[in-house]
Amino acid sequence: MISPEKEEFVVITLNGTEVEVPNGINAVEAAALHGKEVPHYCYHPKLSIAGNCRMCLVEMGTPMRDRATGEPILEDNGGPKIGWVPKPVIGCATNVSPGMHIRTESDLVNECREGIMEFLLVNHPLDCPICDQAGECRLQEFATDYGRGYSRYIERKNVKPKRTRLGPRVTLDDERCILCSRCIRFSQEVAKDDVLGFVDRGSFSTLTCFPGKELANNYSLNTVDICPVGALTSTDFRFKMRVWFLKESKSICSESSSGCNTLVSSREGVIQRITPRRNDLVNDTWMTDSGRELYKSVQSEDRIRRPSADGSDLPLEDAISRAFETLKEKKLGLVANCRSTLEEQFLTQRLAELTDAKVFIRGHFGEDDGILLSADRTPNLRGALVAGLTNQYPAEHLNELNQSISDGEIDALLVIGEDLLESGITQENLDKISLVFMGTTQNSSSSSANVVLPGLSVFEKSGSFINRSFLLQCFDQAIPGPAGLLSECKILSKLVNLFSNETKVLSELHDVWQAMSSMEDSVLSGIEFSEIKKGAVQLDGSKWKHLSFVEKEALHHKPMDLITA
Amino acid sequence: MNSSTPKERRIILKHADDPKYSNQIGCYLREGGYENLKKAFSMKPDEVGEEVLKSGVRGRGGAGFPAGMKWKFLDRKSGKPIYLICNADESEPGTFKDRQIMYKDPHQLIEGMMIAAFAIGAKQAFIYIRAEFHEGARILDRAIIEAKKAGFCGDQILGTDYSCDLVVHRGAGAYICGEETGLIESLEGKRPNPRIKPPYFPAVLGLYQCPTIVNNVETLCNVRHIIEMGGEEFSKIGKPNNTGTRIWCVSGQVMNPGYYEFECGSLTLGQMIFDVCGGLQPGRSLKAVIPGGSSAKVLRADERFTGSLKDGTEFDWGLEDIPLDFDGPMSAGSMSGSGGIIVMDDTVDIVEAMANVNAFYAHESCGQCTPCREGSLWMRKISQRMCSGGAREEDADLLLSVAKQIEGRTICAFGEAAAWPTQSFVTKFKDDFIRKATDSQKDRDPKSLQLI
Repeated sequence: MISPEKEEFVVITLNGTEVEVPNGINAVEAAALHGKEVPHYCYHPKLSIAGNCRMCLVEMGTPMRDRATGEPILEDNGGPKIGWVPKPVIGCATNVSPGMHIRTESDLVNECREGIMEFLLVNHPLDCPICDQAGECRLQEFATDYGRGYSRYIERKNVKPKRTRLGPRVTLDDERCILCSRCIRFSQEVAKDDVLGFVDRGSFSTLTCFPGKELANNYSLNTVDICPVGALTSTDFRFKMRVWFLKESKSICSESSSGCNTLVSSREGVIQRITPRRNDLVNDTWMTDSGRELYKSVQSEDRIRRPSADGSDLPLEDAISRAFETLKEKKLGLVANCRSTLEEQFLTQRLAELTDAKVFIRGHFGEDDGILLSADRTPNLRGALVAGLTNQYPAEHLNELNQSISDGEIDALLVIGEDLLESGITQENLDKISLVFMGTTQNSSSSSANVVLPGLSVFEKSGSFINRSFLLQCFDQAIPGPAGLLSECKILSKLVNLFSNETKVLSELHDVWQAMSSMEDSVLSGIEFSEIKKGAVQLDGSKWKHLSFVEKEALHHKPMDLITA
Repeated sequence: MNSSTPKERRIILKHADDPKYSNQIGCYLREGGYENLKKAFSMKPDEVGEEVLKSGVRGRGGAGFPAGMKWKFLDRKSGKPIYLICNADESEPGTFKDRQIMYKDPHQLIEGMMIAAFAIGAKQAFIYIRAEFHEGARILDRAIIEAKKAGFCGDQILGTDYSCDLVVHRGAGAYICGEETGLIESLEGKRPNPRIKPPYFPAVLGLYQCPTIVNNVETLCNVRHIIEMGGEEFSKIGKPNNTGTRIWCVSGQVMNPGYYEFECGSLTLGQMIFDVCGGLQPGRSLKAVIPGGSSAKVLRADERFTGSLKDGTEFDWGLEDIPLDFDGPMSAGSMSGSGGIIVMDDTVDIVEAMANVNAFYAHESCGQCTPCREGSLWMRKISQRMCSGGAREEDADLLLSVAKQIEGRTICAFGEAAAWPTQSFVTKFKDDFIRKATDSQKDRDPKSLQLI
């Protein structure tokens, strides 16, 4: 474990009370740290400051100093005299300095908020009942919290384009747009795909794509997340579900080794959408569009829903016994998986040790976009290293396994998830061996397997992944898996028991963790299960720095050779 | 003309109406042009800046901030290039002074700019000219070529190793480009959304995030005359804190509208209207005056202005007694702004006049920040409705409230520019607004529902 750096603190006076806040943060954040909300629209902690919504106006003053001598000017009571800025200032662009005074609850501030709310609403359509943002709309929330509650506007509202297709995944309603420019700044600064802008001016300003362009980059749905109103909506999620019906579970995106923190929103066991969850060490508040689509695999056609042996369905318990029968007393090989959770990998390794099985593992690679889609398209390759499944960097094939089968060194195989044909195993070799497959989706391995043990998708179980920066992060189960199935962890621990003749079942994650953290000479030693539940844990990856990891420098990630250099 | 009324003193516009004078370099050189550039180059840059500071010349663009002081704020330590920009985006309704300078005596501006560039150490200068001045841009382009040929501009000016390029950049027709940070954004090729201050003060983070000085056309021309006379001497023109001359642009219902250059504070508003401009049309009486371009607060003809000046002198003025300098209109609760005096006589419908101003600001708001964007259009809609027979009694108060919600809460000064006219028109002419409402309510069935 590596401990984080310390921050420097300053004392400011917030609404008359002295409080301590980190130096240099802005007034919005400073107030939030002490439970005072400063409403804002255009300000986003991970984007540049635009200062255009004017919702975060606060009163600000600094201790006065004598111009000639530089000495502080004191009040009669000995305290410093505060020079209040005559006009309200925007909290988002006001960084705290020692002794600064901020008022977030004065009459002037309330009046400002009331005024801004009124202005934002005069040309905003009153279509909350049919608006997809309702329930998570800042305009709704602040209108009730800070607005006047009645309208003085009797003129006609502006008319702007509605239901515009901005790109394949984003739909825009310009009448609802409050012109905060978050989406524009996001496209420029984070996605590095500058396609959005305003046309026309004044109240007629309209958000649109540049001519001939569309918002099609792999981060386009983040604009939907940061849109404070219902202007930008996800074409996929639009009109599917009222957000207040959704149950949100903390998850980790399994698309690549970047390990984006996500929220999986489901209702009655069906996932409706995936949105990013803020983690300043990993993904800030962003995630890829492709990562949001992953939930569709849960309901996909080729999902394995029933355990089977030699083509006929049977209960899972029986299937596990059949798997044991198939594998025992054989020259066993084990194909582990970089997509398995750390706990599964640990149990896989334990199984390998028990059975003297030879372990094979492959990687899955793609283009690195330098942001949150890393070249390693598995979420937990480093987990495989930490679990000891391999000490080499996995290649993108299983040629070695193919050779071993050809040479007759292996005649039975437990495959976790991987597609053997696609990994370079010949059909001939595939037919030679006894095969047990454990996984969620059908592939060449499952179709030639003697026993098929269905697994659970990442949304249907809990576990942890180690991301590209060796951050250990855990995720929670979001929805129940198909009836009658167990998690890979439980299946593996049952197999471990069968092979070892033990009865103690490492059935729950914390049992597995207890075993993992009590290992000596492991980077996991001493890490409590409760600790990873609280947040990401930084592991020391220096043991593997000689490996040539494929990830490029990206958001919050520096390749190890760059760190040490 | 009344004998007590002072004569014009034309410094900037000396040759403006001289039939024998053209805007070509020959005329300018004949009249001693570019001699002051030579003089300035014989001094140290700091000394030039010192002269400008000593002269006390205040910016002619509207805010009246001392130009020498502005130059002092320049961040010279950053090591980044320094830029000089001439703000020739003269768009304030009622103002037409810079146009005269550029069209009739462009070399004066170029000389002033080169002196200023030398003083602040700029290697690149721009003239940002409004789109509508097609001819002006053409004239300036030609003048710059002439000046470059003669070695007054461009590479190795006057044979020294100081070079400063000068480029004319044409705007695309937006009032907001007159706001200096909006201008800078536009010059960078973006939408002219004014920047937030802090941190983007042009003197520190201006054009391309480099230290930048933005000065008005008239201010930069004054620099040339400051070098000619010396800062000390220049500061004797006009009144303390209101040095030099000012070009006043008088428009509206006077007999002789036009531009007039006077020493600051040498005459009053009354003298300007009734003597210099030949008074109102026969049989009319004065109703209101906007003293400094459309964004300045309107002054009512029968108002009394009392208070004390900065130096402590008490004053009790009628509209006609207001001295024409920076501090006079300011003391009367308005501002001299860009020097555009708009005169309205008793035939003017005050509500319609305000509706006209509001229409302008609603049209020109850049739309970046909420209060100005929504408020200006709302005020336009209200005032338009009031002028189309839909006025309500509560509209006057509503207008005031909307204006109050804009003022002081926007990114740039456009918010004030949009709010001040409404605030002053409504408070000072409330009767007109109420009358408008009662007139339009006359034919209305009191039981009819309000349109929502």
